[in-house]
Amino acid sequence: MESMATRDAYGKALVELGRINKDVVVLDADLSKSTKTDGFQKEFPERFFNIGIAEQNLIGCAAGFATSGKIPFASSFAVFATGRAYDQIRNSVSYSHLNVKIAASHAGITVGEDGGSHQMLEDIALMRAVPGMTVIVPADGVETKKAIFAAAQYVGPVYIRLGRPKVPIIFDEDYIFAIGKAAVIKEGSDVALMATGIMVSEALKAAELLQNQGFSAAVVNISTIKPIDAETITKVAQKTKAVVTCEEHNIYGGLGSAVAEVLVENCPVPMERIGVKDVFGRSGKPQELMEKYGLTAKDIVDAACKAMARKTK
Amino acid sequence: MDEKTLAFLKDKAKTISRHIIEMTGAAGSGHPGGSLSAADIITYLYFKELKIDPNNPDWPERDRFVLSKGHAAPVLYAALAERGFFPVEDLVTLRKIDSYLQGHPDMKRVKGVEMTTGSLGTGFSTAVGMALAARMDKKDNFIFVLLGDGEIQEGQVWEAAMAAAHYKLDNMIAILDYNGLQIDGPVSEVLSPEPLPDKWRAFGWEVLEIDGHDFDAIEKAINKAKEVKGKPTMIIAKTIKGKGVSFMENEAGWHGSAPNKEQVEKALAELS
Repeated sequence: MESMATRDAYGKALVELGRINKDVVVLDADLSKSTKTDGFQKEFPERFFNIGIAEQNLIGCAAGFATSGKIPFASSFAVFATGRAYDQIRNSVSYSHLNVKIAASHAGITVGEDGGSHQMLEDIALMRAVPGMTVIVPADGVETKKAIFAAAQYVGPVYIRLGRPKVPIIFDEDYIFAIGKAAVIKEGSDVALMATGIMVSEALKAAELLQNQGFSAAVVNISTIKPIDAETITKVAQKTKAVVTCEEHNIYGGLGSAVAEVLVENCPVPMERIGVKDVFGRSGKPQELMEKYGLTAKDIVDAACKAMARKTK
Repeated sequence: MDEKTLAFLKDKAKTISRHIIEMTGAAGSGHPGGSLSAADIITYLYFKELKIDPNNPDWPERDRFVLSKGHAAPVLYAALAERGFFPVEDLVTLRKIDSYLQGHPDMKRVKGVEMTTGSLGTGFSTAVGMALAARMDKKDNFIFVLLGDGEIQEGQVWEAAMAAAHYKLDNMIAILDYNGLQIDGPVSEVLSPEPLPDKWRAFGWEVLEIDGHDFDAIEKAINKAKEVKGKPTMIIAKTIKGKGVSFMENEAGWHGSAPNKEQVEKALAELS
């Protein structure tokens, strides 16, 4: 299977976007080679601004650009972009609904060897809590590019969560991405696996494993976590009557919480959450960490069986 | 500056100071001290300097003013109202439930407010972004920003200071409202930012030091700053917190508390 890191797709998408939209400017905080904004810098040096290791100023400058009719994309690692600059995102960007796009890479446990200090597991929760913020977690390279173009078209603040490692390409170019729309990428009737980001491909694997055990699992890609697609989530849950959420994020405040909020109000069904269980990460290879923190297809299968067993007869 | 202009500015600053007292008095809360200390600077900017148009607040070629010390919202609102951005009568609705005049500046609600501020240090960075954008678009406008002397304890201020110097933003003019007091007491005792001129120079800025209540000095400094090439300018303006109201002057206690009815009357009498 073809694979690509979502940060690589972001870097490529930015360059293409820059060619067709002269208002796009890119700001980075000394991580352009890692966040992949360096491609844009190379082609459009006059529209690229390295702010140095100063994330608060990174977001503040982006807000200033937005008030001047520009479409700034501000990039750093997720841990710094949302953690160190939370106040700036809240007060300078979202409070005034400014047109700033925060595209943060190296989110989640799969940062790997850098360890817990760099493995951001709370960014979805933080960004979801900010009024007016749109939160997007693309599942693969194809969706990343479409999400970046959609974010540039949308007027208002957007947080886009990107990853470090290569992940399988799930979608083909015909895939339609729309902000706020979840996509049922596999139909099923016994359980719904609702996943975001790199966990979508794990969920697809899990669905196959479940198939082998005789269970029909739906897979839903929830790439926009805010605004959440309550309609699709409810519809699928009504059919499957059991749900598992899958995210490379703390189980508190992220996709699991967002889906639970929808279900409890619309269609309460047994639900299990796959995610990092309120602990910090540690150094290791991405795959080892996925296993250690229970984020593999096998873990999803176990959770699905548990959820299905809880269905009322 | 000719005498007529000087008299006009002095009168306007007094009117604005009176608004500050009336607004905070009516609200029963707010920040009169640091609003009054900036009244002369703000008056100069809005009535002599800024290239702005109240009938076209989004005019792309306009100068920008960012009130980074957002708690001085009353002085900004008073100047904007006097300049015709919104009715002067609305000023006394400050901080009230249905008012668009929020406790701290909100650009989405108030015509003429260029940036939402209140969390200290944030406005300064946004001004750097505006200056970078203006440079990119080859505009000949200026980006002005007013900082508090307590505010510059925020680390973000120095991140932004480095960036402005690195990018040689000579279209950016910062003014420091150096009134020497912050909530907990004298700035020198809470956490001294001195030596201020040396610090800003070391960060790559042109530094000018003036009396922030002397309109001639303000004019000269701003005109000089506009001629500076290749770096941003910081005008350190020595001011008096609570300026113009005897019982408020140089009293840290008036940073964030409003005058009562009797105090409002006394203050207005002094400002008449």
